[in-house]
Amino acid sequence: MNLKSKDLLGLRDISAEEIEYILNTAKTMKCIVTSNNKKTAHLQGKSIITLFYENSTRTRLSFELASKYMGASAANISASSSSVQKGETLIDTGKTIDAMGSDIIIMRHPMSGAPHLLAKNVKSSIINAGDGMNEHPTQALLDMFTILEKKGTLKGLKVAIIGDILHSRVARSNIWGLTKMGAEVNVSGPATLMPPEIEKMGVNVFSTVQEAMLDADVVMGLRIQLERQKKGLFPTIREYARFFGVDDKRLKLAKEDAIVLHPGPVNRGVELSTSVTDGEQSFINEQVTNGVAVRMALLYLLTRRGTVNEVTD
Amino acid sequence: MKLLIKNGHVVDAKTGLDSVTDILAVDGIIHDIGSDIDETGCEVIDANGLYVFPGLVDAHCHLRDPGYEYKEDIETGTRSAAKGGFTSVACMPNTNPVLDNEALIKYVINKAKTDGIVNVFPIGAVSKGLKGEELSEIGELKFAGAVALSDDGRPVGNSSLMKKAMQYASMFDITIISHCEDLDLVDEGLMNEGFQSSILGLKGNPAPAEEVMIARDLILAEYTKATIHIAHVSTELGVDLIRNAKRRGVKVTAETCPHYFTLTDNACEGFNTNAKVNPPLRTQKDVDAIIQGLKDGTIDIISTDHAPHHIDEKNVEFKIAANGMVGFETAFPLAITYLVKPGHLTLKELVYKMSFNPSQMLGLNKGTIEVGKLADLMIFDINEQYKVDVSKFESKSRNSPFNGFSLYGQPQYTIVGGNPVVRKKVLL
Repeated sequence: MNLKSKDLLGLRDISAEEIEYILNTAKTMKCIVTSNNKKTAHLQGKSIITLFYENSTRTRLSFELASKYMGASAANISASSSSVQKGETLIDTGKTIDAMGSDIIIMRHPMSGAPHLLAKNVKSSIINAGDGMNEHPTQALLDMFTILEKKGTLKGLKVAIIGDILHSRVARSNIWGLTKMGAEVNVSGPATLMPPEIEKMGVNVFSTVQEAMLDADVVMGLRIQLERQKKGLFPTIREYARFFGVDDKRLKLAKEDAIVLHPGPVNRGVELSTSVTDGEQSFINEQVTNGVAVRMALLYLLTRRGTVNEVTD
Repeated sequence: MKLLIKNGHVVDAKTGLDSVTDILAVDGIIHDIGSDIDETGCEVIDANGLYVFPGLVDAHCHLRDPGYEYKEDIETGTRSAAKGGFTSVACMPNTNPVLDNEALIKYVINKAKTDGIVNVFPIGAVSKGLKGEELSEIGELKFAGAVALSDDGRPVGNSSLMKKAMQYASMFDITIISHCEDLDLVDEGLMNEGFQSSILGLKGNPAPAEEVMIARDLILAEYTKATIHIAHVSTELGVDLIRNAKRRGVKVTAETCPHYFTLTDNACEGFNTNAKVNPPLRTQKDVDAIIQGLKDGTIDIISTDHAPHHIDEKNVEFKIAANGMVGFETAFPLAITYLVKPGHLTLKELVYKMSFNPSQMLGLNKGTIEVGKLADLMIFDINEQYKVDVSKFESKSRNSPFNGFSLYGQPQYTIVGGNPVVRKKVLL
């Protein structure tokens, strides 16, 4: 099969079948990531640009390595050194990159919907590497891939997502993806960081972390932007950690074999205690490895889209 | 010059006229209303099967002149208004420079005389530079020709200044049009705070940001006994607050705009910047409440809030896109299609909302079809359906979420002072 859209803008708009296909392809790619020879020709002759309007170390590196492992020509543009500083519009920037023959533009932007705008205006495929508070689909795909590896299935699992749901593109993409794949999603966090009517997305909302985590198969912490405290969204970091942090005691409320995930980097002692972050149930480092595999799968599937060279994975 | 409109179904709110008849205008003044008027020497408009209304009066638009002529100017703005059936428009002062002094009010009036094809009435700023710090020279604004006062685009955030503005404006018998918005509560919100903002990941602008300020201004109006007009009401509680204030005798009028009785925040789906407007599009229950408010008379006026923007200000990320949509050329057809056709308003009630009441609120001698009055008229076909095509707008701008909508009631003729400026849907 091929992905239906030329772009991956979010998990809201793709089917469960497509998600499953990406995750299956990622299994193959993980073999490459973990092998001694990380050079393949999947993307030979393809041009891949990372266009980041926001700083990010791990997502950017993950995409870059994914591109390079598969033999693509890759280049980076960061907002600080780009024409944005000269007042160039996003569409003009995109069209310029497009005109240079890019196949895929991987884009991170602080404003929700920016990749959607670009996707409508360029021929290249756009991969959303995080847009404002909207979506971060590749992060959710790597989360789902990790869960799938550890649990064998997504269907019927109970996933607790804890923290700043309001500002979290990771949470939104995970909610779309996980519910689509048949998981049950619980969310909890400070009321000031809970999006209105979020329950209509098909999640259970709990006012206490304890309730949300009860019998969970997966506990996902979200990164708190510490500056939010200054904006009065919660009183202090200390209070946040006390009421919304995941520590060993709270983790015991989840199933015994529950796994802990976090998109990183972790504010240790805030969202997760250090013992939870480094504990046996934590697969945070594994998520990073899986991130490269998932991104390789996506790059491959998007560049292959529309061709007749379908291979069986 | 004699203009005879033959056999149109004439509807007027003030006189109660609601029948097929002829109207004769001589030298721009309505000379006779009746049947079988002699056609000799007249330009004749056959209005058989068509409705004849008093020319529409818009109490709230942005002509962008001076300062933002690349979006609109008085010439294109009034051409757009004429195409939409408006014969008089009141333009907001958030231009550059701001209409906060006598010279600029006169600039608009004079430019409208040379470039405009409908009547233009400037609204002066409440505060100097719209900064909300010092009162404008309200008396001078009034005597220069300002028909109302508003800091539209921004709230008068300082409650004490608003109280003083109401007291001071009352002396000059000029109404303050309040843009109700508590900016602290808006907190950089970009669209209505609710399920849609949650799933799009866009910061929400909660309904209370509007309602808190409506409540404040109603309280201040009651206290000062001033007249207040609440602009672009969009929420259910906002309507309720105004309804209760009216019951208590507060001198308040209120307006809404076509997008608030036709669209919900679902229109922002896909990060559609043409649906980005301030106040934001709300939910279905708000839309229903707005319609109820129009039906029961709580909302007196339908204004356009015509807010043209250049494509480069809309074809950008949602967060940085300008607020507002062009309104003149769709306002009346939207009202016919979404209010009259479903039976929410009668045609006579619509005349009140779009012609007589705005004229009254602004203190204009317009909005009615009577012998001796200026022949400002509009004629439309209620049964002919057409498709909105923004590429055909007379406005310089194209930022409308209604492109492609099928509507009824497109104006066929717009007549300003006995002079047809739109004839058979064609602007002259």
